[in-house]
Amino acid sequence: MNLDIFLQQLVNGASLGSMYALIAIGYTMVYGVLRLINFAHGDIMMVGAFLTFFAMQSGIPFEAALIIGIAGAAIIGILTDKIAYKPLREAPKISLLITAIGISFFLENLFTVLFGSTPKAFKAPEYLTKIFHLGNIYLPISVIIIPTVTLLILAIVLWILYKTKYGMAIRALAFDIQTVKLMGIDADKIIMIVFIIGSSLAAIGGVFYAVSYPSIDPLMGIIVGLKAFAAAVLGGIGSVGGAVVGGFILGFTEIFVVAMFPELGGYKDAFAFFFLILVLLFKPTGIMGQDLERGRF
Amino acid sequence: MLKVNDLTVNYGVIAAVRGIDLNVKAGTIVTLIGANGAGKTSTLNAIVNSVKKSGSVIFDGIDISKMATHKIVKHGLSLVPEGRKIFINLTVEENLRMGAFNNDEDFESLRNLVYEKFPRLKQKINQAGGTLSGGEQQMLAIGRALMSKPRMLMLDEPSLGLAPKIISEVFEIITELKSDIPILLVEQNAFAALKIADYGYVLENGSISLHDAAKNLLGNDEVRAKYLGG
Repeated sequence: MNLDIFLQQLVNGASLGSMYALIAIGYTMVYGVLRLINFAHGDIMMVGAFLTFFAMQSGIPFEAALIIGIAGAAIIGILTDKIAYKPLREAPKISLLITAIGISFFLENLFTVLFGSTPKAFKAPEYLTKIFHLGNIYLPISVIIIPTVTLLILAIVLWILYKTKYGMAIRALAFDIQTVKLMGIDADKIIMIVFIIGSSLAAIGGVFYAVSYPSIDPLMGIIVGLKAFAAAVLGGIGSVGGAVVGGFILGFTEIFVVAMFPELGGYKDAFAFFFLILVLLFKPTGIMGQDLERGRF
Repeated sequence: MLKVNDLTVNYGVIAAVRGIDLNVKAGTIVTLIGANGAGKTSTLNAIVNSVKKSGSVIFDGIDISKMATHKIVKHGLSLVPEGRKIFINLTVEENLRMGAFNNDEDFESLRNLVYEKFPRLKQKINQAGGTLSGGEQQMLAIGRALMSKPRMLMLDEPSLGLAPKIISEVFEIITELKSDIPILLVEQNAFAALKIADYGYVLENGSISLHDAAKNLLGNDEVRAKYLGG
Protein backbone atom coordinates (compact mmCIF):
# COMPACT_ATOMS: atom_id res chain seq x y z
CA MET A 1 0.00 0.00 0.00
CA ASN A 2 1.59 3.27 -1.07
CA LEU A 3 1.07 6.60 0.64
CA ASP A 4 -1.55 7.81 -1.82
CA ILE A 5 -3.76 4.80 -1.30
CA PHE A 6 -3.20 5.01 2.43
CA LEU A 7 -4.35 8.62 2.54
CA GLN A 8 -7.29 7.86 0.31
CA GLN A 9 -8.40 5.04 2.60
CA LEU A 10 -7.80 7.19 5.67
CA VAL A 11 -10.26 9.77 4.40
CA ASN A 12 -12.75 7.07 3.44
CA GLY A 13 -12.42 5.58 6.91
CA ALA A 14 -13.03 8.95 8.53
CA SER A 15 -16.14 9.39 6.44
CA LEU A 16 -17.56 5.96 7.26
CA GLY A 17 -16.57 6.39 10.90
CA SER A 18 -18.44 9.69 11.01
CA MET A 19 -21.69 7.97 10.08
CA TYR A 20 -21.20 5.32 12.75
CA ALA A 21 -20.30 8.03 15.26
CA LEU A 22 -23.38 10.13 14.54
CA ILE A 23 -25.66 7.15 14.99
CA ALA A 24 -23.74 5.82 17.99
CA ILE A 25 -24.27 9.09 19.91
CA GLY A 26 -28.01 8.42 19.92
CA TYR A 27 -27.55 4.88 21.23
CA THR A 28 -25.26 6.03 23.98
CA MET A 29 -27.39 8.99 25.11
CA VAL A 30 -30.64 7.04 25.24
CA TYR A 31 -28.84 4.29 27.12
CA GLY A 32 -27.52 6.90 29.54
CA VAL A 33 -30.94 8.19 30.53
CA LEU A 34 -33.16 5.11 30.13
CA ARG A 35 -30.70 2.19 30.41
CA LEU A 36 -32.26 1.04 27.16
CA ILE A 37 -30.54 -0.27 24.03
CA ASN A 38 -32.88 1.47 21.63
CA PHE A 39 -32.96 -1.11 18.86
CA ALA A 40 -35.27 1.11 16.84
CA HIS A 41 -32.52 3.72 16.56
CA GLY A 42 -31.10 2.34 13.30
CA ASP A 43 -34.58 2.52 11.83
CA ILE A 44 -34.95 6.14 12.89
CA MET A 45 -31.88 6.75 10.77
CA MET A 46 -33.66 5.03 7.86
CA VAL A 47 -36.73 7.19 8.42
CA GLY A 48 -34.57 10.33 8.27
CA ALA A 49 -32.98 9.22 4.99
CA PHE A 50 -36.37 8.33 3.47
CA LEU A 51 -38.03 11.60 4.43
CA THR A 52 -35.11 13.53 2.98
CA PHE A 53 -35.38 11.44 -0.19
CA PHE A 54 -39.12 12.09 -0.57
CA ALA A 55 -38.74 15.77 0.15
CA MET A 56 -36.11 16.00 -2.60
CA GLN A 57 -38.34 14.09 -4.99
CA SER A 58 -41.08 16.64 -4.50
CA GLY A 59 -38.66 19.27 -5.69
CA ILE A 60 -37.36 20.64 -2.39
CA PRO A 61 -33.63 21.44 -2.51
CA PHE A 62 -31.26 19.08 -0.69
CA GLU A 63 -30.48 21.36 2.25
CA ALA A 64 -34.13 22.03 3.06
CA ALA A 65 -34.98 18.36 2.48
CA LEU A 66 -32.30 17.41 4.99
CA ILE A 67 -33.91 19.65 7.58
CA ILE A 68 -37.28 18.02 6.88
CA GLY A 69 -35.65 14.61 7.31
CA ILE A 70 -34.08 15.66 10.61
CA ALA A 71 -37.34 17.12 11.92
CA GLY A 72 -39.30 14.05 10.82
CA ALA A 73 -36.86 11.67 12.47
CA ALA A 74 -36.97 13.77 15.66
CA ILE A 75 -40.77 13.59 15.69
CA ILE A 76 -40.73 9.81 15.17
CA GLY A 77 -38.15 9.60 17.97
CA ILE A 78 -40.36 11.61 20.33
CA LEU A 79 -43.45 9.56 19.40
CA THR A 80 -41.61 6.27 19.99
CA ASP A 81 -40.69 7.45 23.45
CA LYS A 82 -44.13 8.82 24.33
CA ILE A 83 -46.16 5.93 22.93
CA ALA A 84 -43.92 2.91 23.46
CA TYR A 85 -41.31 3.64 26.13
CA LYS A 86 -42.91 6.11 28.51
CA PRO A 87 -45.65 3.73 29.74
CA LEU A 88 -42.83 1.34 30.68
CA ARG A 89 -40.70 3.69 32.81
CA GLU A 90 -41.33 1.62 35.95
CA ALA A 91 -41.39 -1.74 34.17
CA PRO A 92 -38.45 -4.19 34.09
CA LYS A 93 -35.81 -3.16 31.55
CA ILE A 94 -36.36 -6.34 29.53
CA SER A 95 -39.90 -5.20 28.65
CA LEU A 96 -38.45 -1.95 27.35
CA LEU A 97 -35.88 -3.81 25.26
CA ILE A 98 -38.47 -6.09 23.69
CA THR A 99 -40.65 -3.06 22.94
CA ALA A 100 -37.70 -1.39 21.19
CA ILE A 101 -37.23 -4.48 19.00
CA GLY A 102 -40.95 -4.37 18.24
CA ILE A 103 -40.73 -0.72 17.18
CA SER A 104 -37.79 -1.61 14.99
CA PHE A 105 -39.78 -4.35 13.18
CA PHE A 106 -42.75 -2.04 12.93
CA LEU A 107 -40.83 0.78 11.23
CA GLU A 108 -39.00 -1.59 8.86
CA ASN A 109 -42.18 -3.30 7.77
CA LEU A 110 -44.24 -0.13 7.62
CA PHE A 111 -41.77 1.43 5.22
CA THR A 112 -41.52 -1.78 3.20
CA VAL A 113 -45.29 -1.94 2.82
CA LEU A 114 -45.61 1.74 2.00
CA PHE A 115 -42.65 2.19 -0.31
CA GLY A 116 -41.52 -1.28 -1.38
CA SER A 117 -38.29 -3.06 -0.59
CA THR A 118 -36.47 -2.14 -3.80
CA PRO A 119 -33.53 0.16 -3.07
CA LYS A 120 -34.07 3.69 -4.29
CA ALA A 121 -31.28 5.68 -5.90
CA PHE A 122 -30.39 8.71 -3.80
CA LYS A 123 -29.34 11.63 -5.97
CA ALA A 124 -27.12 13.83 -3.86
CA PRO A 125 -26.43 17.38 -5.07
CA GLU A 126 -23.48 17.65 -7.38
CA TYR A 127 -21.31 19.70 -5.05
CA LEU A 128 -21.22 16.73 -2.66
CA THR A 129 -20.41 14.03 -5.19
CA LYS A 130 -17.98 15.97 -7.37
CA ILE A 131 -14.61 14.23 -7.57
CA PHE A 132 -11.56 16.29 -6.79
CA HIS A 133 -7.94 15.25 -6.75
CA LEU A 134 -4.97 16.08 -4.61
CA GLY A 135 -1.85 14.74 -6.26
CA ASN A 136 -2.78 11.16 -7.04
CA ILE A 137 -5.69 10.95 -4.63
CA TYR A 138 -9.16 11.09 -6.13
CA LEU A 139 -12.04 11.69 -3.75
CA PRO A 140 -15.64 12.86 -3.78
CA ILE A 141 -15.97 16.06 -1.79
CA SER A 142 -18.45 14.37 0.53
CA VAL A 143 -15.68 12.39 2.27
CA ILE A 144 -14.20 15.69 3.44
CA ILE A 145 -17.51 17.35 4.27
CA ILE A 146 -18.92 14.42 6.24
CA PRO A 147 -16.16 14.21 8.90
CA THR A 148 -16.00 18.00 9.15
CA VAL A 149 -19.72 18.33 9.76
CA THR A 150 -19.59 15.42 12.20
CA LEU A 151 -16.89 17.06 14.32
CA LEU A 152 -18.87 20.30 14.30
CA ILE A 153 -21.99 18.45 15.47
CA LEU A 154 -19.98 16.70 18.17
CA ALA A 155 -18.77 20.08 19.42
CA ILE A 156 -22.38 21.29 19.59
CA VAL A 157 -23.54 18.18 21.45
CA LEU A 158 -20.73 18.50 23.99
CA TRP A 159 -21.53 22.18 24.41
CA ILE A 160 -25.17 21.30 25.13
CA LEU A 161 -24.18 18.56 27.59
CA TYR A 162 -21.64 20.58 29.53
CA LYS A 163 -22.68 24.22 29.20
CA THR A 164 -26.48 24.28 29.24
CA LYS A 165 -28.79 23.42 32.10
CA TYR A 166 -30.63 20.93 29.91
CA GLY A 167 -27.38 19.17 29.14
CA MET A 168 -26.48 19.08 32.82
CA ALA A 169 -29.90 17.60 33.51
CA ILE A 170 -29.24 14.92 30.88
CA ARG A 171 -25.99 14.05 32.64
CA ALA A 172 -27.70 14.13 36.03
CA LEU A 173 -30.47 11.89 34.73
CA ALA A 174 -27.89 9.31 33.73
CA PHE A 175 -27.08 9.13 37.41
CA ASP A 176 -30.42 9.25 39.17
CA ILE A 177 -33.91 9.98 37.82
CA GLN A 178 -35.63 10.34 41.22
CA THR A 179 -33.24 13.02 42.39
CA VAL A 180 -33.58 14.89 39.10
CA LYS A 181 -37.32 15.11 39.77
CA LEU A 182 -36.55 16.46 43.25
CA MET A 183 -34.82 19.39 41.56
CA GLY A 184 -38.19 20.42 40.12
CA ILE A 185 -37.15 19.08 36.72
CA ASP A 186 -39.65 17.36 34.44
CA ALA A 187 -37.62 14.22 33.71
CA ASP A 188 -39.85 13.24 30.79
CA LYS A 189 -39.05 16.52 29.09
CA ILE A 190 -35.32 15.88 29.48
CA ILE A 191 -35.76 12.38 28.06
CA MET A 192 -37.63 13.93 25.14
CA ILE A 193 -34.68 16.24 24.48
CA VAL A 194 -32.39 13.20 24.40
CA PHE A 195 -34.62 11.56 21.79
CA ILE A 196 -34.64 14.77 19.74
CA ILE A 197 -30.83 15.01 19.76
CA GLY A 198 -30.29 11.29 19.12
CA SER A 199 -32.87 11.04 16.32
CA SER A 200 -31.65 14.21 14.61
CA LEU A 201 -28.08 12.95 14.55
CA ALA A 202 -29.26 9.56 13.28
CA ALA A 203 -31.10 11.28 10.44
CA ILE A 204 -27.95 13.21 9.51
CA GLY A 205 -25.97 9.95 9.64
CA GLY A 206 -28.60 8.29 7.45
CA VAL A 207 -28.45 11.02 4.85
CA PHE A 208 -24.64 10.88 4.84
CA TYR A 209 -24.96 7.15 4.26
CA ALA A 210 -27.42 7.73 1.43
CA VAL A 211 -25.10 10.30 -0.14
CA SER A 212 -22.11 7.93 0.04
CA TYR A 213 -23.68 4.70 -1.19
CA PRO A 214 -26.00 6.22 -2.87
CA SER A 215 -29.16 4.25 -2.32
CA ILE A 216 -31.68 3.72 0.45
CA ASP A 217 -34.02 0.89 1.40
CA PRO A 218 -36.29 0.18 4.38
CA LEU A 219 -33.83 -2.29 5.91
CA MET A 220 -30.74 -0.06 5.61
CA GLY A 221 -30.89 0.73 9.33
CA ILE A 222 -30.40 -2.84 10.51
CA ILE A 223 -26.74 -3.52 9.84
CA VAL A 224 -25.61 0.11 10.07
CA GLY A 225 -27.55 0.43 13.32
CA LEU A 226 -25.99 -2.72 14.73
CA LYS A 227 -22.52 -1.52 13.82
CA ALA A 228 -23.16 1.90 15.33
CA PHE A 229 -24.37 0.11 18.44
CA ALA A 230 -21.13 -1.90 18.42
CA ALA A 231 -19.27 1.41 18.13
CA ALA A 232 -21.12 2.82 21.14
CA VAL A 233 -20.28 -0.23 23.26
CA LEU A 234 -16.71 -0.27 21.97
CA GLY A 235 -16.24 3.36 23.00
CA GLY A 236 -17.99 2.81 26.32
CA ILE A 237 -21.76 3.05 26.35
CA GLY A 238 -23.02 6.13 28.15
CA SER A 239 -20.09 8.22 26.95
CA VAL A 240 -20.65 10.57 24.00
CA GLY A 241 -16.92 10.96 23.41
CA GLY A 242 -16.63 7.18 23.52
CA ALA A 243 -19.33 6.77 20.88
CA VAL A 244 -17.38 9.03 18.54
CA VAL A 245 -14.07 7.27 19.21
CA GLY A 246 -15.75 3.89 18.74
CA GLY A 247 -17.38 5.03 15.52
CA PHE A 248 -14.11 6.20 14.02
CA ILE A 249 -12.23 3.07 15.10
CA LEU A 250 -14.86 0.93 13.44
CA GLY A 251 -14.85 3.04 10.27
CA PHE A 252 -11.08 2.94 9.91
CA THR A 253 -10.87 -0.78 10.65
CA GLU A 254 -13.53 -1.69 8.15
CA ILE A 255 -11.96 0.36 5.36
CA PHE A 256 -8.40 -0.74 6.02
CA VAL A 257 -9.19 -4.41 6.40
CA VAL A 258 -10.86 -4.39 3.02
CA ALA A 259 -8.05 -2.33 1.47
CA MET A 260 -5.28 -4.53 2.80
CA PHE A 261 -6.97 -7.90 2.49
CA PRO A 262 -9.40 -7.58 -0.41
CA GLU A 263 -10.12 -11.29 -0.21
CA LEU A 264 -11.65 -10.69 3.24
CA GLY A 265 -13.97 -8.01 1.85
CA GLY A 266 -16.99 -10.26 2.21
CA TYR A 267 -16.38 -10.46 5.96
CA LYS A 268 -16.09 -6.74 6.54
CA ASP A 269 -19.29 -6.54 8.57
CA ALA A 270 -17.97 -9.27 10.87
CA PHE A 271 -14.94 -7.16 11.80
CA ALA A 272 -17.01 -4.67 13.74
CA PHE A 273 -18.23 -7.41 16.01
CA PHE A 274 -14.87 -9.19 16.18
CA PHE A 275 -13.37 -5.92 17.35
CA LEU A 276 -16.15 -5.42 19.83
CA ILE A 277 -15.61 -8.85 21.39
CA LEU A 278 -11.88 -8.26 21.57
CA VAL A 279 -12.18 -4.92 23.39
CA LEU A 280 -14.86 -6.18 25.75
CA LEU A 281 -12.66 -9.13 26.73
CA PHE A 282 -10.00 -6.76 28.01
CA LYS A 283 -12.06 -3.73 29.00
CA PRO A 284 -15.69 -4.63 29.65
CA THR A 285 -16.71 -0.97 30.10
CA GLY A 286 -15.39 -0.03 26.64
CA ILE A 287 -12.58 2.35 25.78
CA MET A 288 -13.86 5.51 27.47
CA GLY A 289 -16.62 3.99 29.52
CA GLN A 290 -16.77 3.96 33.27
CA ASP A 291 -18.85 2.12 35.75
CA LEU A 292 -22.31 3.05 34.52
CA GLU A 293 -23.79 3.31 37.96
CA ARG A 294 -21.60 6.37 38.24
CA GLY A 295 -23.58 7.77 35.32
CA ARG A 296 -20.78 9.21 33.28
CA PHE A 297 -21.41 11.01 30.03
CA MET B 1 -47.94 25.07 56.19
CA LEU B 2 -48.04 21.32 55.61
CA LYS B 3 -50.98 19.14 56.61
CA VAL B 4 -50.83 15.41 56.07
CA ASN B 5 -53.98 13.36 56.57
CA ASP B 6 -54.39 9.60 56.76
CA LEU B 7 -51.23 8.96 54.72
CA THR B 8 -50.80 5.31 53.79
CA VAL B 9 -48.00 3.66 51.82
CA ASN B 10 -48.00 0.01 50.80
CA TYR B 11 -45.20 -1.87 49.06
CA GLY B 12 -47.08 -4.84 47.67
CA VAL B 13 -48.59 -6.56 50.70
CA ILE B 14 -46.30 -4.79 53.15
CA ALA B 15 -47.70 -1.71 54.83
CA ALA B 16 -44.90 0.83 55.36
CA VAL B 17 -47.03 3.74 56.57
CA ARG B 18 -50.47 3.10 58.09
CA GLY B 19 -52.62 6.18 57.92
CA ILE B 20 -50.65 8.88 59.73
CA ASP B 21 -51.47 12.55 60.33
CA LEU B 22 -48.77 15.23 60.46
CA ASN B 23 -48.83 18.97 60.79
CA VAL B 24 -45.99 21.42 60.24
CA LYS B 25 -46.62 25.06 61.18
CA ALA B 26 -44.81 28.03 59.66
CA GLY B 27 -41.66 29.07 61.50
CA THR B 28 -41.11 25.73 63.21
CA ILE B 29 -38.94 22.65 62.98
CA VAL B 30 -40.94 19.46 63.26
CA THR B 31 -39.15 16.17 63.60
CA LEU B 32 -40.26 12.68 62.77
CA ILE B 33 -38.22 10.17 64.75
CA GLY B 34 -38.30 6.41 64.86
CA ALA B 35 -36.27 3.27 64.45
CA ASN B 36 -34.88 1.94 61.20
CA GLY B 37 -37.73 0.74 59.00
CA ALA B 38 -40.44 2.57 60.94
CA GLY B 39 -41.59 4.28 57.73
CA LYS B 40 -39.88 7.68 58.03
CA THR B 41 -38.37 7.80 54.55
CA SER B 42 -41.53 6.34 53.01
CA THR B 43 -43.50 9.17 54.60
CA LEU B 44 -41.31 11.85 53.01
CA ASN B 45 -41.23 10.09 49.64
CA ALA B 46 -45.01 9.79 49.74
CA ILE B 47 -45.44 13.50 50.48
CA VAL B 48 -43.53 14.38 47.28
CA ASN B 49 -45.18 11.51 45.36
CA SER B 50 -41.98 9.57 44.74
CA VAL B 51 -43.86 6.45 45.90
CA LYS B 52 -47.52 5.47 45.51
CA LYS B 53 -49.69 6.52 48.42
CA SER B 54 -53.21 7.24 49.57
CA GLY B 55 -54.32 10.03 51.86
CA SER B 56 -54.21 13.77 51.47
CA VAL B 57 -51.35 16.26 51.59
CA ILE B 58 -52.14 19.97 51.77
CA PHE B 59 -49.22 22.33 51.29
CA ASP B 60 -49.78 26.03 51.86
CA GLY B 61 -53.49 25.63 51.30
CA ILE B 62 -53.16 23.66 48.08
CA ASP B 63 -53.86 19.95 47.67
CA ILE B 64 -50.65 18.38 46.34
CA SER B 65 -51.73 14.76 46.87
CA LYS B 66 -51.87 14.00 43.15
CA MET B 67 -49.25 16.44 41.89
CA ALA B 68 -46.17 15.17 40.00
CA THR B 69 -42.94 15.28 42.03
CA HIS B 70 -41.29 18.01 39.96
CA LYS B 71 -44.37 20.19 40.24
CA ILE B 72 -44.49 19.83 44.02
CA VAL B 73 -40.88 21.01 44.16
CA LYS B 74 -41.64 23.89 41.78
CA HIS B 75 -44.47 24.73 44.13
CA GLY B 76 -42.01 25.33 46.97
CA LEU B 77 -41.73 22.06 48.90
CA SER B 78 -38.20 20.69 48.67
CA LEU B 79 -36.80 17.37 49.89
CA VAL B 80 -33.17 16.64 50.72
CA PRO B 81 -33.19 12.88 50.15
CA GLU B 82 -31.73 10.18 52.33
CA GLY B 83 -28.11 9.47 51.42
CA ARG B 84 -27.84 13.03 50.02
CA LYS B 85 -28.01 11.84 46.38
CA ILE B 86 -25.50 14.35 45.11
CA PHE B 87 -24.99 14.11 41.34
CA ILE B 88 -21.52 12.67 41.76
CA ASN B 89 -20.66 13.14 38.08
CA LEU B 90 -21.53 16.84 38.16
CA THR B 91 -19.39 19.55 39.74
CA VAL B 92 -20.44 21.35 42.92
CA GLU B 93 -21.51 24.35 40.87
CA GLU B 94 -23.44 22.18 38.40
CA ASN B 95 -25.23 20.48 41.29
CA LEU B 96 -26.35 23.89 42.50
CA ARG B 97 -27.35 24.81 38.95
CA MET B 98 -29.63 21.77 38.89
CA GLY B 99 -31.21 22.89 42.14
CA ALA B 100 -32.00 26.24 40.50
CA PHE B 101 -33.31 24.65 37.30
CA ASN B 102 -36.48 26.72 37.41
CA ASN B 103 -34.82 29.88 38.79
CA ASP B 104 -32.45 30.90 36.02
CA GLU B 105 -32.48 34.58 36.81
CA ASP B 106 -31.80 34.07 40.53
CA PHE B 107 -29.09 31.46 40.10
CA GLU B 108 -26.14 33.69 40.87
CA SER B 109 -27.59 35.43 43.89
CA LEU B 110 -28.87 32.13 45.33
CA ARG B 111 -25.53 30.47 44.70
CA ASN B 112 -23.69 33.26 46.48
CA LEU B 113 -26.01 32.84 49.44
CA VAL B 114 -25.29 29.11 49.54
CA TYR B 115 -21.53 29.73 49.37
CA GLU B 116 -21.91 32.23 52.18
CA LYS B 117 -23.70 29.66 54.29
CA PHE B 118 -21.30 26.87 53.32
CA PRO B 119 -17.88 28.46 52.73
CA ARG B 120 -16.38 24.99 52.41
CA LEU B 121 -18.26 24.43 49.16
CA LYS B 122 -16.91 27.62 47.65
CA GLN B 123 -13.39 26.22 47.62
CA LYS B 124 -14.56 23.24 45.59
CA ILE B 125 -16.90 24.70 42.98
CA ASN B 126 -15.32 22.87 40.07
CA GLN B 127 -14.80 19.57 41.84
CA ALA B 128 -17.02 16.60 41.02
CA GLY B 129 -19.69 16.04 43.66
CA GLY B 130 -18.45 12.48 44.16
CA THR B 131 -15.08 13.69 45.46
CA LEU B 132 -16.57 15.57 48.42
CA SER B 133 -16.55 14.22 51.97
CA GLY B 134 -19.81 13.06 53.53
CA GLY B 135 -20.30 16.28 55.44
CA GLU B 136 -19.59 18.43 52.39
CA GLN B 137 -22.03 16.33 50.37
CA GLN B 138 -24.71 16.91 52.98
CA MET B 139 -24.05 20.64 52.86
CA LEU B 140 -24.21 20.55 49.07
CA ALA B 141 -27.48 18.60 49.23
CA ILE B 142 -29.02 21.20 51.55
CA GLY B 143 -27.58 24.04 49.47
CA ARG B 144 -28.91 22.45 46.30
CA ALA B 145 -32.38 22.21 47.82
CA LEU B 146 -32.23 25.87 48.86
CA MET B 147 -31.48 26.83 45.25
CA SER B 148 -35.11 26.19 44.36
CA LYS B 149 -36.16 28.92 46.82
CA PRO B 150 -38.33 26.49 48.78
CA ARG B 151 -41.05 27.71 51.11
CA MET B 152 -40.60 24.56 53.17
CA LEU B 153 -37.79 22.05 53.47
CA MET B 154 -37.87 18.36 54.31
CA LEU B 155 -34.64 16.67 55.35
CA ASP B 156 -34.21 12.90 55.37
CA GLU B 157 -31.56 11.69 57.85
CA PRO B 158 -29.07 14.53 57.38
CA SER B 159 -26.83 13.05 60.10
CA LEU B 160 -26.51 9.66 58.43
CA GLY B 161 -22.91 8.47 58.35
CA LEU B 162 -21.40 11.75 59.54
CA ALA B 163 -18.85 12.34 62.29
CA PRO B 164 -20.30 13.88 65.51
CA LYS B 165 -18.53 17.20 64.94
CA ILE B 166 -19.96 17.48 61.43
CA ILE B 167 -23.42 16.50 62.69
CA SER B 168 -23.51 19.42 65.09
CA GLU B 169 -22.35 21.71 62.29
CA VAL B 170 -25.16 20.50 60.01
CA PHE B 171 -27.75 20.79 62.77
CA GLU B 172 -26.62 24.32 63.53
CA ILE B 173 -27.27 25.22 59.89
CA ILE B 174 -30.70 23.60 60.03
CA THR B 175 -31.57 25.68 63.11
CA GLU B 176 -30.50 28.85 61.31
CA LEU B 177 -32.79 28.00 58.39
CA LYS B 178 -35.84 27.79 60.62
CA SER B 179 -36.41 31.54 60.76
CA ASP B 180 -36.85 31.61 56.95
CA ILE B 181 -38.55 28.34 56.18
CA PRO B 182 -40.33 25.66 58.21
CA ILE B 183 -38.59 22.29 58.30
CA LEU B 184 -39.74 18.70 58.55
CA LEU B 185 -36.76 16.76 59.82
CA VAL B 186 -36.63 12.97 59.71
CA GLU B 187 -33.96 11.54 62.00
CA GLN B 188 -32.75 8.36 63.58
CA ASN B 189 -30.56 10.50 65.77
CA ALA B 190 -33.55 11.34 67.98
CA PHE B 191 -31.64 13.26 70.63
CA ALA B 192 -30.03 15.71 68.22
CA ALA B 193 -33.29 16.15 66.33
CA LEU B 194 -35.48 16.77 69.38
CA LYS B 195 -32.96 19.29 70.72
CA ILE B 196 -33.44 21.63 67.76
CA ALA B 197 -37.09 20.82 67.00
CA ASP B 198 -40.24 22.55 68.25
CA TYR B 199 -42.50 19.58 67.86
CA GLY B 200 -41.95 15.85 67.43
CA TYR B 201 -43.73 12.78 66.13
CA VAL B 202 -42.65 9.27 67.02
CA LEU B 203 -43.18 6.75 64.26
CA GLU B 204 -43.43 3.08 65.16
CA ASN B 205 -44.19 0.36 62.60
CA GLY B 206 -45.79 2.86 60.26
CA SER B 207 -48.02 4.50 62.86
CA ILE B 208 -47.60 7.58 65.01
CA SER B 209 -47.29 6.24 68.54
CA LEU B 210 -46.73 9.60 70.22
CA HIS B 211 -46.55 13.27 69.41
CA ASP B 212 -45.86 16.26 71.59
CA ALA B 213 -43.72 19.36 71.96
CA ALA B 214 -40.10 18.36 71.43
CA LYS B 215 -39.00 19.29 74.95
CA ASN B 216 -41.75 17.12 76.42
CA LEU B 217 -40.65 14.18 74.26
CA LEU B 218 -37.07 14.68 75.46
CA GLY B 219 -38.37 14.26 78.98
CA ASN B 220 -40.74 11.40 78.19
CA ASP B 221 -39.65 8.14 79.85
CA GLU B 222 -40.82 5.91 77.04
CA VAL B 223 -39.03 7.99 74.39
CA ARG B 224 -35.91 8.12 76.55
CA ALA B 225 -35.88 4.36 76.94
CA LYS B 226 -36.53 3.56 73.31
CA TYR B 227 -34.73 6.25 71.34
CA LEU B 228 -32.42 8.19 73.58
CA GLY B 229 -30.48 5.31 75.09
CA GLY B 230 -32.03 5.51 78.59
